[in-house]
Amino acid sequence: MAFWFMENHTDNVVMSIKVKEQVYSEQSEYQRIDIFESEEFGRVLALDGIINLTEKDEFIYHEMITHVPMAVHPNPEHVLVVGAGDGGALRELGKYQSVQHIDLVEIDAALVAACRKYLPTTAIGYQDERVTVHNRDGLRFLRRLEDVYDLIIVDSTDPAGPGEILFTKEFYGSCYKALKQDGIMVNQHESPFYSYESAAMMRSYRRIRSAFPVLRVYQAHIPSYPSGHWLFGFASKKYDPLKDFDEKRWLAQGIQTRYYNTDLHRGTFCLPTYVRALLESE
Amino acid sequence: MKDQNRAPVYEALENMRNTKLVPFDVPGHKRGKGNPALTQFLGEKCMSVDVNSTKYLDSLGHPTGIIKEGEEIAAEAFGASHAFFMVGGTTSSIQGMILSSVRKGEKLILPRNVHQSIINALVLSGAIPVYVNPQSSQRLGIALGMSLDDVRDTIKANPDAKAVFVNNPTYYGICSNLRGIVELAHSHGMRVLVDEAHGAHFSFGKGLPLSAMQAGADMSSVSMHKSGGSLTQSSFLLMGEHVNADYVRQIVNLTQTTSASYLLLASLDISRRTLALSGQEIFEKVKGFSQYAREEINAIGDYYAYSDEIINGDSVFDFDATKLSVNTYGLGLAGIEVHDLLHDEYDIQIEFGDLGNFLAYISIGDKTKNLERLIGALAEIRRLYRRGPSAAIRYEYLAPQVALPPQEAFYSPRRSVPLDQSAGEICSEFLMTYPPGIPILAPGERITQDILDYIRSSREAGCVITGPADLEADRINILTGEA
Repeated sequence: MAFWFMENHTDNVVMSIKVKEQVYSEQSEYQRIDIFESEEFGRVLALDGIINLTEKDEFIYHEMITHVPMAVHPNPEHVLVVGAGDGGALRELGKYQSVQHIDLVEIDAALVAACRKYLPTTAIGYQDERVTVHNRDGLRFLRRLEDVYDLIIVDSTDPAGPGEILFTKEFYGSCYKALKQDGIMVNQHESPFYSYESAAMMRSYRRIRSAFPVLRVYQAHIPSYPSGHWLFGFASKKYDPLKDFDEKRWLAQGIQTRYYNTDLHRGTFCLPTYVRALLESE
Repeated sequence: MKDQNRAPVYEALENMRNTKLVPFDVPGHKRGKGNPALTQFLGEKCMSVDVNSTKYLDSLGHPTGIIKEGEEIAAEAFGASHAFFMVGGTTSSIQGMILSSVRKGEKLILPRNVHQSIINALVLSGAIPVYVNPQSSQRLGIALGMSLDDVRDTIKANPDAKAVFVNNPTYYGICSNLRGIVELAHSHGMRVLVDEAHGAHFSFGKGLPLSAMQAGADMSSVSMHKSGGSLTQSSFLLMGEHVNADYVRQIVNLTQTTSASYLLLASLDISRRTLALSGQEIFEKVKGFSQYAREEINAIGDYYAYSDEIINGDSVFDFDATKLSVNTYGLGLAGIEVHDLLHDEYDIQIEFGDLGNFLAYISIGDKTKNLERLIGALAEIRRLYRRGPSAAIRYEYLAPQVALPPQEAFYSPRRSVPLDQSAGEICSEFLMTYPPGIPILAPGERITQDILDYIRSSREAGCVITGPADLEADRINILTGEA
């Protein structure tokens, strides 16, 4: 007997993964949470039927959303991670001595609990004692904060689910307010390829640009996501991700990575022509 | 005791759908099959119950079956002697109340901050309005309720008036002393007519202001489609024990369609059932939403989301805590500016903004995350757009000078003049600033320089001027003075 997980990447395209074993399933207050074991991708976390991460390729996503801004900011001490109940971004942040405190805001406590129990490769990030977990709405958490963080990582689901609020103008504006004078915000910026994600990408781009003076988009290849071609947004009050990138300082910290490296840092901001055209059309 | 679990109109429609009756009657779309594009848009289920009045489905104009039954159950739910399903909006209920209570040349006592539909109904009936100055709050810049003393004085000065009209509550959630007004009016042989467009929930929630029927009023118009959850344009007309419902039915039938929509009727039936069965918990939740939003909005600073602390025992006799009304003076922005910013910059649509306030409509359909968006956007608007406390235009009550009954003025010979040259003339049409849609001028009223100044400042703040035949409202029709 064969079980296949299926996710519609569009109305006409399906991605399917053979399931070895269903590990966990729950309808939380906010979303349907499924974790299953697969031959090809290891453990897979799906939220409302959409793959959030797989053990095989999550390192690409988590390294890229973390190390790119960390290699630009000269002294990131206070970091906020919004979303990301899996703990992967925490694991990457944990590699830095300079970080003094990390707030993780994930609205769904059930997701945090499930990840801690069934996704040890990412949930190891929770063991860092610099981390404080807040199970609250991201916008609500940020609303009253001003001049607090050096870096905010917005590790959201796509805008169809509970992550919707993390794509709004009011959220980006609140991030701006909560950042220090030289703060950086990085977000999961959707994909340029299929129309659903590219529309979300354009909206996000437009809204972040209205809140931040600097916005640059970079890319990575994430096989389990629709089209595999994924983007991130680098928004900041001051630093340019290339001009203020300090390769030596980053290398001196001796941080181990599997995807990110300093050559890639420079290349990752070079976008295909059609993606550039999309962003320029905004 | 009627069984509030029943919903006779809805049940009959379900039953009709299941029997697969073959239709050789109107509507011509025949359960949607004759209009595929519309059916595609609205859905087959919806089209299959868009049917006509028949012997089995009863008739709204002359109800003897399921509609009568549905109306009786609704009457009991609202604590009324009679209830009519209405399909022409609460405007039609208002007309029903006024046309059946005050005839041509008779007086109606009413606060000025009534909805336009009330004065329109006076044009239809020929009755004479006697306005009570609603008290106003300088701090909030809004009209409040009527003070009991003002109502008493007006009744004394107009002992021949037939009825007193009351908002319960105003758009902003403010209630007058309804029970006190009812006692006063009844002791002078006057009816009490109540606009409960914004109070459908009063009869069902706990700890909410008194409903018209609970207060002993004679008639009430209830916008079920606002807080009650039914379809837009559906409404209830409620009557107390001293009202001849058969006569009211005749009046209503003068202007009511003979092809009442069963979608609207079923929505009234189902929504009444829902409120009767679970209204308490529903409105407890809505109150909780509003209360949470108020606390968070007040914590942002500069905004003032008010609640029952404004109760003063008279012109604010009670406050509807499900309403989320917010004053913006501290921010230096007009409410209408906040309304526009929310829409244009944050994709959030609120109910309305006036010069100093806005109202976000909170209901059972809300979700916490949407409230968070609203609150977050308000915090951002303060950060990005605040101008500091405004020396803003405060609300002014401009006492109307009624020179002629609205009907007479409306139908008299008229001519058009530039608005800014109209001071001293008698107006023959309506003029209001929208929002909040309360008349500044009504047919038969004298135009004054103060009124013209107020219109100009409202327009500058972004309000739209509506009412005059000239859509730009640069000109206004006045009476020629010829018979």
